Amino acid sequence: MNKYYWLIPILPLLGCLFNGLLGKRAGKGAVTVVGLGVVLGSFLLALSAFLAMKGMVDHRLVLNYGEWMATGSLSVPFGLAIDPLSGTMMLVITGIGFLIHLYSVGYMHEDEGYARFFCYLNLFVFFMLTLVLGSSLVLMFVGWEGVGLCSYLLIGYFYETDFAPDAGLKAFLTNRVGDLGVAIGMMVLFAAFGTLTVSDILTQAGHLAPEVGFGVLTFATLMLFFGATGKSAQLPLYLWLPDAMAGPTPVSALIHAATMVTSGIYMICRLAPVFSLAPISMNVVAWVGGATALFAATIGLVQRDIKKVLAYSTVSQLGYMFLGLGASGFAAGFFHVFTHAWFKALLFLGAGSVIHAMHHEQDLFKMGGLRNKTKITFITMFAGTIAIMGFPGTSGFFSKDEILYLAYLKSPALWVIGVLGACCTSFYMWRLMALTFWGEPRDHHAYDQAHESPISMTLPLMVLAAGSLLWGFWGVPEAFGGHFAVGEFLKPALTFGQTHAAHGHHEGPAILLAVISTTLGLGFGFFGWTTFKNGPAAEVAFAAKHPFVHNLLLNKYYVDEGVELYLLRPIRWFGNLLWKLFDVILIDGVGVNLPGALTRVFGDFTALFQTGRVRNYALSMALGAALLLYVYLK
Amino acid sequence: MTWLTSHPLTFLVFAPTLLGLLILVLPHALGRLSRMLGFMGALAVFALSLSWLLGRHEGAVLLTERAPWFTLVGLPVDYALTVDGLNLWLVILTTFLVPLTMLGTWNSIKDRIGTFAALFLLLETGMLGALMAQDLFFFYLFWEAMLIPMYFMIGVWGGDERRYAANKFFLYTLGGSLLWLVALLYLANKAGGFNPVLMGQAASLMPFSVQCWLFIAFAVAFAIKVPLFPLHTWLPDAHVQAPTAGSVILAGVLLKLGGYGFIRFAIPMFPAAAMHYAKPIAILSVIAIVYGALVAMVQRDIKKLVAYSSVSHMGFVMLGLASFTVIGTQGAMLQMLNHGISTGALFLLVGMLYDRAHTRMIADFGGVAVKMPVFTTFFLIVTLSSIGLPLTNGFVGEFWILNGTFLSGFSWGRLYACLATSGVLLGAVYMLWMFKRVFWGPENKDEDSGTHHLHSDLNAREIAVMLPLVVLILWMGVHPRTFVAVSEAPVAALLQDAKAPEPRTFVLKPAVHEAAPAHEGAHATEGHAAEPAAPEVHR
Repeated sequence: MNKYYWLIPILPLLGCLFNGLLGKRAGKGAVTVVGLGVVLGSFLLALSAFLAMKGMVDHRLVLNYGEWMATGSLSVPFGLAIDPLSGTMMLVITGIGFLIHLYSVGYMHEDEGYARFFCYLNLFVFFMLTLVLGSSLVLMFVGWEGVGLCSYLLIGYFYETDFAPDAGLKAFLTNRVGDLGVAIGMMVLFAAFGTLTVSDILTQAGHLAPEVGFGVLTFATLMLFFGATGKSAQLPLYLWLPDAMAGPTPVSALIHAATMVTSGIYMICRLAPVFSLAPISMNVVAWVGGATALFAATIGLVQRDIKKVLAYSTVSQLGYMFLGLGASGFAAGFFHVFTHAWFKALLFLGAGSVIHAMHHEQDLFKMGGLRNKTKITFITMFAGTIAIMGFPGTSGFFSKDEILYLAYLKSPALWVIGVLGACCTSFYMWRLMALTFWGEPRDHHAYDQAHESPISMTLPLMVLAAGSLLWGFWGVPEAFGGHFAVGEFLKPALTFGQTHAAHGHHEGPAILLAVISTTLGLGFGFFGWTTFKNGPAAEVAFAAKHPFVHNLLLNKYYVDEGVELYLLRPIRWFGNLLWKLFDVILIDGVGVNLPGALTRVFGDFTALFQTGRVRNYALSMALGAALLLYVYLK
Repeated sequence: MTWLTSHPLTFLVFAPTLLGLLILVLPHALGRLSRMLGFMGALAVFALSLSWLLGRHEGAVLLTERAPWFTLVGLPVDYALTVDGLNLWLVILTTFLVPLTMLGTWNSIKDRIGTFAALFLLLETGMLGALMAQDLFFFYLFWEAMLIPMYFMIGVWGGDERRYAANKFFLYTLGGSLLWLVALLYLANKAGGFNPVLMGQAASLMPFSVQCWLFIAFAVAFAIKVPLFPLHTWLPDAHVQAPTAGSVILAGVLLKLGGYGFIRFAIPMFPAAAMHYAKPIAILSVIAIVYGALVAMVQRDIKKLVAYSSVSHMGFVMLGLASFTVIGTQGAMLQMLNHGISTGALFLLVGMLYDRAHTRMIADFGGVAVKMPVFTTFFLIVTLSSIGLPLTNGFVGEFWILNGTFLSGFSWGRLYACLATSGVLLGAVYMLWMFKRVFWGPENKDEDSGTHHLHSDLNAREIAVMLPLVVLILWMGVHPRTFVAVSEAPVAALLQDAKAPEPRTFVLKPAVHEAAPAHEGAHATEGHAAEPAAPEVHR
């Protein structure tokens, strides 16, 4: 089978080409077959590759397909590296990716750009697979920028609207800001290790001492992390993700919840041995992650758009992942990537199903009572909600608990931040659930027409719900009698032959901490549900009483406005200034046109003497001759 | 045919002129025939250049012709044409772009069609000659000869301000080359001829300060062509006023001759002086990258935006050359080709839009994607290439240049590389912002708007023009070796001859128990070390 594994990323690319070039003519049926077929094929091949990788002694399968851009001392092969880390991601991308493709068949069936949609979606899968499977950082960067492109195209999918193009542009450019960090990080790593092939870097890193203070690797890893804050929507570059909800809902689920936004976490896990050498960077990662987790969760408390709530929730959950990584819990952080992929994809698709049922209504305040109309959606979203709030036994419980525990070991303050964020999470999720499914319908017209979605949409929901509930048992922490199997599984990839464990000895009051955080989470969930199960009246009252707090949260702390006012506008102004001052006035005016004008004036002046009258010339000749004669005789 | 087999380069260079002169004597009424004749001729030259120049592996020099020509005040001038690794792909780029541009602007020129085609062919001779000439006087002749057809193309077929733009273009370039001519004659006098190798040897025996002056004289002439900040202001005017074909060739080939002049003459002839001035050149390059991008961002005319983007992109070329590393210089070589393809394609696309809408102002558009989906797709792909998206050509060039600069043996390399990355960001800002305003959003229904006047998507001819460009964009992005493998050895030799400083790398601290110091870039030995470092966790 080895010789077919190159098809894992290439199949979706072929699908993209077919759908893009011929899709419109071939019709929706052909687009569906090709668009889904290539992802399914890719998934099956990935499964085979995964098993082959597990069969290898060092759990590593490297396939090379020639040189890409060699010059001088640089060599970048087209290579795929499959190990437990990239293998898992590969399965998530193609597996959950396939479910979302399937869901899209129902969700997008009326859309005119059906072929275009699947073209972009296939392209995304191609780039995402390149990102995780690429054997070198450069190939990872190919995927990194490529998924950014697909994200841009899909957010701007409804390009004829006012808001989607802006959101797409914002997403791309914010990500590009982060990409500069990745580019600089790569340059530093290349200058330090002489290679950009991941396995070579990690092998060398194994022989290095951890940096004391701020060193080369600290700089490199901080730069890479800056890139991660762009792609994975962390402070300060999280701004694009909420706006990204302008894209179709399946896109939000696939790209802006399950896969692309976890790239930053993936990258850090990929380079875990290098990050481990830079303690300062690890601290930064942990604190930025923790801060984002809480910050975004507070904004999520008051958003009215169902997708916006989930968007901020995603930003917040990604923050937890970084918190885990920064606390040296690479496996824990990555485990949360995996569980989050299940329940967040589920929640987004569920929200899409609700929006579909309500004929494109996204305002929570206009929903209500839908649990009778859309039973499957309700039950599956219920499963997703208890998973994300960390109800004992669900996937979110195990993964989040491990992160919070490691955060506690790093610093109790981080634990407190994490628990506060978890309380907010429970609250806004139950607010969302209560406003959507409980209470009286607040928009009767839409409610009367509401209907459950077709099977192509509900089937993925059911599969994802099962995953959300059960997947946690892959990583039952030691405190609960498990042995954190996922950590053991990922170990070869995360430590890369180094002897140190990705997460070390466990001590501290693990059970007690878990009880506290879980109880608080459940309590806040219940609080959210009781407050909103009869409608949004309580929030309206709160807003009237504390308008400042409510507006601050509703307007996302006015960060967007601040960026526009204090960053973007000055840059545009500066560009104008440069143009007008330098090009138009200084260089052209003083440097080019002024000499030109002076030449003309001088020419005009000398032209006065060119009268064309012979006697004038004769006179000047006589004068000149006299002058010469005088000089000569003197 | 024996003459032809022994003088293929002469034929490639002068065949366009012969055809051009033939067209000039044809009556005006036969303009359409002339145009067809010119196109077929240019296409034939392209085909011949491919078949004669590619697939040769005869060492460093692929093809050469050299014969004594005449003596100029006692100094021998050689008739010397050469194609080698440094100019092979630039020559092919030229022969490729000329017929493609003719086809792409088929109906854009309405009057004196024949004359325009003839001038175009004369221009091709100038460009090919300048690229191939191996004698500096010969080179100078071609260098100046290029100006004349371009001057007329802008001045006769240009926009409303064409006179100003044409004069500015002409005087700017001529002004720069006059100083250079003085230096050239001075050095030729000392060296006893115009052979660049001999001149370089003569220069190396002169005092360093004289070398520096000579280098500056050469560098200014080339830098104007590039154009390097602050000598760039002729470019936006020339581009905006020039007809589409002129813009494409200006961006696609003429600017390249600046960078090519550095790598062919200025750097190898005065290596010590070139390295002495590497830092100022790098500073100006970084300024050009950022400045060009910032100014492009605030332009209201699409064509002017693309023109300023050229300033930014060519800044990358100069930065790569100034890095004096193989990676950076190879990046510059590739970036020159990239820019020729991508910016050429952009100017063609803008021309196609202008032919339909008769405006190029960004604000006049909006929602073009609804009306011209095929055009939009092409524009998007070229835009992505321009902003250096991986797997397109732009990425490889910029990546090499940045990494080469970061590794540069000069102490400023690391900082400047980091600063230059901002150009990659700003490039995306101005291109995608423009793309959004022109193509996306609700359709601009205004009666006077540009969008309103768009009635047809690209026709077969226009698609035939764009397809090869898109194929090249991807090909260069996925397999850049096709285009730069041939220049690797000459570039490495050039840097070695110049005694370029060794690349600077970081030294990392090995774990305590490791016996051998971990040398930078050296791979660790196979197998496990006795006690690998165990980074502390949970401390």
